[in-house]
Amino acid sequence: MRKTKALALAALGTALTMGLAACGGSAGGGGNNNTGTGNTGAASTAKHNDGYTKVVNPSDAKGGTLKFAYSDEPDSMDPGNTYYAWNWNFSRLYARPLLTYTAAPGEEGLKLVPDLAEGLGEASEDGKTWTYKLKKGIKYDDGTEVKAADVKYAIARSNFSAELTDGPKYFAEYLDAEGYEGPYKDKDLANFKGIETPDDYTIVFKLKAPFSEFDFLVANPQSAPVPQAKDTGLEYEKAVASTGPYKMESYEVGKQLNLVKNENWDPATDTTRKQLPDRIEVQFKQNAEDIDQRLLAGQVHADLGGTGVQPAARAKIVADPKLKDSTDNPYTPFNRYAMMSTKVAPFDNIDCRKAVQYATDQVATQAPWGGPLGGDIGSTLMTPTTVGYQQFDLFPNGADNKGDAAKAKESLSACGQPNGFETNIAVRGDRPKEVQVAEALQASLDKVGIKATIKKYPSGDWSAQYAGRPDFVHKNKLGIMIAGWGADWPSGFGFLSQIVDGRFIKDSGNYNMMELNDQAVNDLLDKGIQTTDAAERNKIWGEVDKKVMESAAFLPFVYEKTLLFRPSSLTNVYVHPAYGMYDYTWLGVQQ
Amino acid sequence: MVAFIVRRVIAAVLMLVIVSVATFAIFFLIPRALGQTPEGMASRYVGRDATPEAIQGAVKRLHLDEPLVVQYGRFAKGIVAGQEYSIGPRMVQCPAPCFGYSFNNNQPVWPTLLDRLPATLSLAIGAAIIWLVAGVSIGVISALRRGTLTDRLAMTVALAGVSLPIYFTGLVSLALFAYTLGIFPGGGSYTPFTEDPVMWFQALVLPWVTLAFLYAALYARLTRAGMLETMGEDYIRTARAKGLKERTVVSKHALRATLTPILTIFGLDVGLLLGGAVLTESTFSIPGIGKLVIDAIRGNDLPVVLGVTLFAAFFIVLANLVVDVLYAVVDPRVRLS
Repeated sequence: MRKTKALALAALGTALTMGLAACGGSAGGGGNNNTGTGNTGAASTAKHNDGYTKVVNPSDAKGGTLKFAYSDEPDSMDPGNTYYAWNWNFSRLYARPLLTYTAAPGEEGLKLVPDLAEGLGEASEDGKTWTYKLKKGIKYDDGTEVKAADVKYAIARSNFSAELTDGPKYFAEYLDAEGYEGPYKDKDLANFKGIETPDDYTIVFKLKAPFSEFDFLVANPQSAPVPQAKDTGLEYEKAVASTGPYKMESYEVGKQLNLVKNENWDPATDTTRKQLPDRIEVQFKQNAEDIDQRLLAGQVHADLGGTGVQPAARAKIVADPKLKDSTDNPYTPFNRYAMMSTKVAPFDNIDCRKAVQYATDQVATQAPWGGPLGGDIGSTLMTPTTVGYQQFDLFPNGADNKGDAAKAKESLSACGQPNGFETNIAVRGDRPKEVQVAEALQASLDKVGIKATIKKYPSGDWSAQYAGRPDFVHKNKLGIMIAGWGADWPSGFGFLSQIVDGRFIKDSGNYNMMELNDQAVNDLLDKGIQTTDAAERNKIWGEVDKKVMESAAFLPFVYEKTLLFRPSSLTNVYVHPAYGMYDYTWLGVQQ
Repeated sequence: MVAFIVRRVIAAVLMLVIVSVATFAIFFLIPRALGQTPEGMASRYVGRDATPEAIQGAVKRLHLDEPLVVQYGRFAKGIVAGQEYSIGPRMVQCPAPCFGYSFNNNQPVWPTLLDRLPATLSLAIGAAIIWLVAGVSIGVISALRRGTLTDRLAMTVALAGVSLPIYFTGLVSLALFAYTLGIFPGGGSYTPFTEDPVMWFQALVLPWVTLAFLYAALYARLTRAGMLETMGEDYIRTARAKGLKERTVVSKHALRATLTPILTIFGLDVGLLLGGAVLTESTFSIPGIGKLVIDAIRGNDLPVVLGVTLFAAFFIVLANLVVDVLYAVVDPRVRLS
């Protein structure tokens, strides 16, 4: 009797618990309240990679809550203080720079269009002065009008202060503002001579040297205006003065960001954004595998990081044609490669470098990235989505890309090491994919007699202490270094300058790990950046690429790709080529 | 009793000082001894391609160029008297106890810890109740029915509970109960009790059960072993000989004696969990102290790691103190002296 009673009570308790949970399964808060609007919703006819070439689920239907989840947190939500690729995409929801990219898939999306500005920049004859005119009547979310001085202040704070350290410092590098200490130390903005604002709607940038791609620089979020009176420095990320279609409702750092519609945004002034969902919610620091499960269940709409699903979900998706139809496989801005140090023997001999080029099994070095879905086998520095990319292959390593042992042996003989040699491969030890690439390369080289030892270093200090320090590289005989690079703007110069310009070889934090200082390459870079004709300029970037590849010091592995999942509840989905992920300013949700 | 507590509190404070020095040494002294430069450390907290000037600025802002003794002194002084920090246009006061500013997200550590505490408390206390009740009950039943099918089944389940890692049971339970059956909400659905008690409960059921599964298994095995030993004692035979009911013998005599070591472990386990249930919070994306510290470790956010370590140490010391006091309550043979 007692046992029966106890069992009945236990059953009742369980039923109540489960019933209570089931009843409230669609409650709000920061949780998941849209079960049923996901992949079980209206059937989509979209196929795999449709979002790469066209807009999937086009709709102008308004309303609903767009939900993002992210496994990490941003460096900052302040548009002036962020270097995260997704945030340069996402921050456009509340911050409008002077220029932005065309809202379109494919090559069209790489073209710059005016955003806050009336038109593209007007360069002076000498290419050192760039002028932009602001559209009139653009307002912040509090209703005050955006003025030219706000743009000047935004660039001053993001590039010249000791506190805002997370974003790039291109303006500090290129503007003629010697001695300026930033607006936090020097409160008089007139002392910032790098930018002039002759009236409320004109901004004039004064450069140290001609820079024909300056338009790309002002398309980064640092040119979004900041009213000086509202700047709270490091805390500004919690209350950004919005110029975009959304404004911040609340931001709990490391937990949750909520955006709501900005009533003072005027779509007539904005050709690149939509304002469809009523609300946008972002959850930070979420379990990456669980984000995938929630995506597949339709409980979140997009993984904010834009780096694609994790291996477990990838396997599940690839095995199911229906799920695969809900995915896109775009290029990211990244090239994954190895650099051979031209200062470490025997790689000071070009033929020894060529031996590595020919011996590498590129199918094996592609595998750790996830095979063809993880990236296309590369043969150049620039990736296919870089403006100026030209396809060529100077070191074909067999019809099947698995290495050409005969040519490798020839090169070894030419470099005076017919039986091979010993070297070291440096890799970031806490990056499993890169370690697997190093192991695949080691196996490839071993087949032709090159004995490579893998040396692992922590990624946190990789650039400052190890592979980015030439003296460390020389001392430890690091012949080959596994690395990756993505451009800050999708042009040849944006991609190439930091990693191939010999004048950028630094004692620490060096990205030209080849230590290639070729006068011809440096001259071409100078010529290109001073060339105003875009077609001519892009041709020059191709020439730079070829020149560097001729040195055989750059060993490309893959043009990285990612696998993005789009729940059927998501509308207006397309891959923006400038960001390599969905255009977050276009997304809507089905009701 | 009062003298005992005062002595233990003084010892606890000393312990926290030692823990803080040790943690500080691990994260600041050892890297320096291994050749890490202030610039190398600072480069982690600035953007890609940071200029030497920007890195130098970060060195100054984070005081990484100061001697370690001065850095520790600054940290300790902040706990007692607070500190001032520059956020750009102005200085802000970080009132005592100021555990410093996060290197990564520029937030003061102490309010962040307090913000994360309710989630961890919710998780730890709920799970503790479940595992204590379930674990002890199963252990007692198992001991009383030693060798039967019930005993074997219970111990097999207990073995599974001990063996399966939380990130496995957690993800499987989410896949089954949240994403397939839709009975419970999925990961990342934790909502504070003050905002929505029903959602708070629903979101915590799976994490509670997952966490409790591991501990209940341990407690069941411990209780079973303790009960088996106690039931063989002479005083149990005496109690039975006096004609006491079996239920009284088990609950008032055997279980009470068995509970003493269980209580010790329970106190320590709860204290440990209050410092963060790292795996459970990470698996279910619960914004608690465990999630905070694992993210801080991954991001080399030293002030947060230091803050959480001290916070966790405080709870363990406190739990020990409470356990010692409760000893006397549970077992009259123990006297505080």
